[in-house]
Formats: sequence, C-alpha cells, structure tokens
Amino acid sequence: MPKFFQALVKRKIALAGAGVLVIISMFALFSPLIATHDPMGLNPIERLQNPSARHWFGTDHFGRDIFTRIVYGARLTLISGSGVVLFSISLGILIGLLSGYYRQFSLVAMRLVDVVMSFPPLLLALALLAIFGPGLLNVILAVGVTYLTRTARIIFGLTLKIREEAFVEAVRSLGANNARIIARHILPNLVSPLIVQATFTFAFSLLQMAALDFLGVGVPPQIPSWGNMISEGRLYITRAPGVLLFPGIFIVLTVLAFNLVGDVLRDNLDPRFRDQLSGTRQ
Amino acid sequence: MLTFMLKRLLSMIPTFILASVLVFSFMHMMPGDPAAVMLGDSATPDQVQELRETMGFDKPIYVQFVRWFTGILKGDFGRSIFFYKPVLQIILDRAETSLFIATLSMALIIVVGIPIGMISAIRYNSITDQTFSGAAMLAASMPTFWLGLNLMLIFSVVLGWLPSSGFPSIVESGNLGNLKYLILPCATLAAPNSALIIRLTRASMLDVLKEGYITTARAKGLSEFIVTIKHVFRNSLITVISVVGFTFVGLASGTVVTETVFSLPGIGRLVVESVLRRDYPVIQGVILIIAVAYMIVNLMIDCCYTFLDPRIRVS
Repeated sequence: MPKFFQALVKRKIALAGAGVLVIISMFALFSPLIATHDPMGLNPIERLQNPSARHWFGTDHFGRDIFTRIVYGARLTLISGSGVVLFSISLGILIGLLSGYYRQFSLVAMRLVDVVMSFPPLLLALALLAIFGPGLLNVILAVGVTYLTRTARIIFGLTLKIREEAFVEAVRSLGANNARIIARHILPNLVSPLIVQATFTFAFSLLQMAALDFLGVGVPPQIPSWGNMISEGRLYITRAPGVLLFPGIFIVLTVLAFNLVGDVLRDNLDPRFRDQLSGTRQ
Repeated sequence: MLTFMLKRLLSMIPTFILASVLVFSFMHMMPGDPAAVMLGDSATPDQVQELRETMGFDKPIYVQFVRWFTGILKGDFGRSIFFYKPVLQIILDRAETSLFIATLSMALIIVVGIPIGMISAIRYNSITDQTFSGAAMLAASMPTFWLGLNLMLIFSVVLGWLPSSGFPSIVESGNLGNLKYLILPCATLAAPNSALIIRLTRASMLDVLKEGYITTARAKGLSEFIVTIKHVFRNSLITVISVVGFTFVGLASGTVVTETVFSLPGIGRLVVESVLRRDYPVIQGVILIIAVAYMIVNLMIDCCYTFLDPRIRVS
C-alpha cells in the first residue's frame, strides 16, 4: 500500500480526487456543523434564488438552501454507495470463490450469473423496484445485484488462475484442507483486486442510483439525495439553474474522484490481475 | 466455423429459458396477491377475483409458467393492465423512436469513439492523449440525465436551436426533418458510451503496439501509417467489437433515462411508466425482449470474432 500512496502523490489529479473524497466524507460526518440552514426548512419567500452570500448555491422551489441539502445529501451518497459495495462484494466473493474452487458449483452459479448479466442493469433495477417498492434498502439491493454478478465473475476468473499456482499445490501437499486453502491462501491474494473493484462499483452505482432517483423510483422524494434534488428541480431550471447545476456537479465530482483513485489503484496492482478489471461503465 | 456458430446458437437456448424463468418469477416474488397489487387499493374483491382468473393466478405456478412461456414462443406476451392491449403491440408501437435513437447513437459512438481512441494511443502520453482521456473520464463520470438536462437548457431553452422534447414519427409523416428532435437525445446517450469506446480502443491499441510483429512491420520499412492501419488497428479491432456488446447494454439502460428527460415516446419511457403504473406484463415483456436482443448481439459478436481472428476459428 505505501507504493499506492507514492503513486497517488505522483499523479496529482488522482490526489485531487482523493481530496474530493475527503471533503465529501467531511460533509457526511459533520453535516449539521457544515450546513448553513435547515435541510428541510421551507421558506417560500426566498424560493428559487440564485447564489448569494446568504444562500451560497441558491435555493430550490420550496426556498430550501441548496448548499445545505448537498451537505446532507453527501450522507446518503456515502451510505447508499457503501451499501451497494458491501452487498455486492461480500456475496460476489462467496459465489465467485466457490465457483472458482468447486467445478460443479460453478456450472449452476455461473450460468445464473450469465443470465442476470443479460439484463441491462438499469432495467433490472427498475423491475426489481417495481416489485419490491421504493426505499433506500431496496434501491441498494436492486442496484447491488448487477455489481454482485460482475464481482462474482471477476473473482471466479481470478480464483481459477490462483488455484493452479504452484504455492497452492505446495500447501495442498503439506496437508492443508480446502477450507484452509481458500481462506488462508486464495482469499488474501484477492484483496487488492477486490479493493479496485469496490472503487469502481462505488463510482458507477452512484450514477445508477442517481438515475433511479431521477426516474422517481429511488429513495423517497423528501430525502435530500443529489439525484432527487435534480429530479425535483428540473421544472425550474430556467428560473434558477442552480437547482440543476450544483447537485449535478457534486455527483460528477464524487464519481470522478472514485474513478481517478480507482485508476491509480489498478495501475499499481499485480499485473497478473490487471486485465480482468477495467473502470468502464456497463 | 459453421459448427462453432451452431454450438453457440444452441447454447443460447438454456440461457433463454433461464432468463424467462427469472423474468416470470419476478412477478411471483411480489409480496402479497399479484392481482390485488396490480389493481391497487381501490379495487373490490370481485374485481381482484376476476383478474386473478383472467391472468390464471389461481392455477399452480408451473401451469402458469408453461402457459406464459408457450405464449411467448408464439409471440403472445400477455395483455397490458393499463392499455388493455397486447403487450407486443404496445412495444412495437414504441419501437420506432427507440430504434432511431439506438442506431443513431451507436453510429455516433463508433464514429467519434474509435478515431479518438486511436489518436490517443498513437500519441500516447502527449497533451492530445491526456486531453482526450481526461474528457472521456469526465464523460463516463456524468449522470446521463444531468448531461441531457444541461444540453436541453443550453441548446433549447437559452439558444433556442433545437426542440427540447417529443418526437413526431418519421415513418408516419415521412418527414426526415423530424430527426432534429433526436440530436440532443443522441448526443446525451453517445457521450458516456463513447467514453467507454475511447478507453478500450486506446487500451487495446497500446497492447498491440507492444507486440513483436509491430516491430517487425516497422523493421521491414513499412510507413507508420500502414503499420497503424493494417497491423495495429486490425489486431485491436477484435477488442473494439466486443465493446459493441457492452455498448448495447449501455444504450438500453441509457434510453430509459434519455427518453424520460426528453419526453420521447420510446420503449425506455414505456418501462418507466409501466413501473410507476405497476403494469407488470409490459415490464416482463420489455425486459425479456431486450435480454433476447442482447443475447443475439453477443452471438453476432462471437461470430465476428471467429471471422476476424483465425486463431479462435481453429481452437
């Protein structure tokens, strides 16, 4: 990892990305301290204002302070993104590892993964949300399913490669059982590719969840997520472009930051694994 | 070659059946009585019972599946609860818009993405490369709907150059001028997907540039142009073609958002409306058709591979 930090400092743009992530985390952790107003406070007199000293990013159609809502929105962004990462990575590891290690298991599991991957992610999420209804947890699961299959496929490929390596043969001949080989010898080798995959999952799941908010099937409208702010503000963009501009800029900055950091991480990864991971949106 | 294609075609069948099972079970994963959920809170018990019988919800689950699946094989995807029309007809009515958007966007993505990717690779690490790669990264990090709304604000509202929403049918009116309604949606849809193609073309060309046969080609005195076109590009083409498959998925997801932003009467908008109306037969139909289309695209890509790369053909 120190090598990674050196690379990060050398690639200044990626360092800036890391800086953005620190700021967003600060927003999320200390929202009440940073925010200048009440995120839910309605103020019809001051509705749809352009940026001013009092309202840094202006106000929305209910007169709510946009900067304040962005600060609180950072919480939701980080919670939902982490939710998708935790869900997809943990189940992805399980399915991918077992499929890569046990041939028979892969026949069923990887087939299923293929089938799920033949549905476009956003459509799959829409269908799942149509059935289970909106809400934060359902959004996380609906978006997470897509990334779960991707993670599972990557881990499957890597496990197939690692289990053929000489050191696995060596520990097996020393009498290690399957559980020990998986836990102590294969899993540790998967950690760094998983970190890279987690970074890209975070970035692209944020875009997916913002799109779901925009389509009106994401988190409930009263919650100040960045996607919801744009979705609600879209009717007023001519009067106060800030309702569109500022939440969008924060989405772009956050996704970009994760992508930049992810790129540096990947470039410093073991070259054997590099081909399997790409920071591409699918 | 022929046996390979035949094998590949046959392998699609189990995937298709599994996909249908999955789509079918979506409807039955719903908590509660599907008939009651579809009709909403205001329905009377009689209405619920009636729908349950017409949809066959009172039959055992496997009977329902067989009935639904054989229907699909005959092109019968059931009826929409909202429109009272066959699902297939509703989808076909909306197909024109989506097909236009998808085709035009795909053309735009290839025309813009591949040359830029090539230039970036040839001028590796130059200012040009860094600018293009940076722009691609930015485009890939942007929410599609946000980009669309911004373009709409700039080009329709402020400048007034292009229409902001709707799409009058070209097939019915025969007026090709209506294509101007699709300029902004296609630009919106093409941006993030071009970014993908740029990155992959660049990466695969850089890989090929390291190969020994490129050094050989240069050593025998071929001009840099010939080396690039005949040796580097041809060999990286295989990777690029595989991206068309990804792009298809990207377009299918992207049209849902883009058609909503620009209020276009396409299949993507239909899905969103159906989700909000809980019109499950339509959702099932669209998702299954798109999944099948994706499988066919992948099949065609695999065939292109074998055609382009003799190494795959032999093995």
